[in-house]
Amino acid sequence: MGTDSSIVRFEDVSLHFGDTPALDHVSFEMGAGETRVVFGAAGSGKTMLLKVAVGLQKPDSGRVFLFGQDITHLSEERLFDLRARVGILFQEGALFDSLTIADNVAYPLENQRILQTVGAGSEQRSIEERVVETLRFVELEQTLDKFPSELSGGMRRRVGIARAVVTQPELELYDSPTAGLDPITAHTIISLILKERDTRNTATIIVTHRYQDGQLMANFRYNPNSGEIEAAPRGSEETVDTKFLIMQAGRLVFEGTEPEFLACTDEYVRKFARPGAS
Amino acid sequence: MLDFLKPPIQTFQDFVLVSSRALGNVFRRPHYNSDIFQQMDIIGVGSLPITSMVGWFSGIVMALQMSRALTTYGAESRVGEIVSITLVRELGPVLTALLVAGRNASGMASELGSMKVTEQIDAMRALGTDPSQKLVTPRLIASATMLPLLTIIADCIGMIGGYFVASTQLGLTSSEYWTSAWQVLEYNDLAQGLIKPFAFAIIIALVGCFYGIRTSGGTQGVGRATTNAVVWSSLWIIVINTLITQVFVNF
Repeated sequence: MGTDSSIVRFEDVSLHFGDTPALDHVSFEMGAGETRVVFGAAGSGKTMLLKVAVGLQKPDSGRVFLFGQDITHLSEERLFDLRARVGILFQEGALFDSLTIADNVAYPLENQRILQTVGAGSEQRSIEERVVETLRFVELEQTLDKFPSELSGGMRRRVGIARAVVTQPELELYDSPTAGLDPITAHTIISLILKERDTRNTATIIVTHRYQDGQLMANFRYNPNSGEIEAAPRGSEETVDTKFLIMQAGRLVFEGTEPEFLACTDEYVRKFARPGAS
Repeated sequence: MLDFLKPPIQTFQDFVLVSSRALGNVFRRPHYNSDIFQQMDIIGVGSLPITSMVGWFSGIVMALQMSRALTTYGAESRVGEIVSITLVRELGPVLTALLVAGRNASGMASELGSMKVTEQIDAMRALGTDPSQKLVTPRLIASATMLPLLTIIADCIGMIGGYFVASTQLGLTSSEYWTSAWQVLEYNDLAQGLIKPFAFAIIIALVGCFYGIRTSGGTQGVGRATTNAVVWSSLWIIVINTLITQVFVNF
């Protein structure tokens, strides 16, 4: 199973906390530019799937590959280089309380020193420009000097997206980006995720409870000419490259395209295949 | 049969791992200097008023208590010696450390604990930062620098407090008090007066950060981590104080 060109690959991965399985013999693979939408009940292992994918949590057994490299037993120091190629939005944004919005978004740039080839003065200027540009992408450039506590939940989530995409990573992981948000804000967040995915053809894994999020990821795309989200033509790349993963008690019980997902007769899987499902 | 020993041994093992990593990071790059200075400000400048007050009142109380006993033997002129020795050897380092433990070990545990339960520490790791290097080591360096300085200040203010009592209630002259207070101090006293706060600072920072970064269980977990940090750092300060005192008494 798998090729070296895969972005993420799980081979029979298991992880337990005490006697409770967080991941139970999970195997899947995704390539460059592909999208995976992960559904599952609370505590089914969705968040742990993302954490294991980038080495934030080590599995008990099985092997995990990131950008073709086996990271199962890789040291934290060596993982830093690989993680620099990944953007992550955590469940509640996980913004640093003590830093301003500008500093939060600049953090990965300053930390990873991706602009180290540029001279010190102009490097700082480049970071500032990138921060403003990225905050403009999420339509929050007016919040530069504010602190996370001064923003609403939806705005914090958008800043989290800005921090995740500012380094232009090859893989984006979104953990429940629309959880607890009103439908309009949730739509705005998914639109931003689509925009990021389709502008740079980024591989994307999104964990969500909302069927609408998966449906948008599978059937819609960002049109850079109009700047709008629009329905993707039937059979186009976006619909084919999006697969749905359903987690149940740590097990991956379903993997397939949207038509396969909607046609599945399994009672648990069908719970997630209708609007308003959670 | 010995299963009940597993949790404390596991905790101690985790503490050793966290501590060795944090101590090793002192000599490893990158160094987050702005975080170190920020922590110095919080721990050092922030604790200055309360440690000064405790120093002042400790000196007064020591002088008052000792004056009564010394007057019995007609030796009240030696009150400076007793205030000086007790403050420099024991009261200064221990009381200052206990106050800083209550103020800063709890602060470290609650701050890092909140970061842990809101996934900020995971975010830090995901963004390529070693949380130990960024969060624990600056607090360790700042504590180890500032606590000895705070102790010196508390000692000095305590001696001034002792002088206040000696001059107003015992009628000692300035030179009588300060000459005896200064001359009684030996290198051994000064050494333990500085080694103790240095060791206590390491305990405060490591215990506070340790309980912070292993927090689990939401806001209740943060509360537990804070309580544990204060209780265990205070307890270890007392234990280590006994050990250091034992070493200095023998040499």
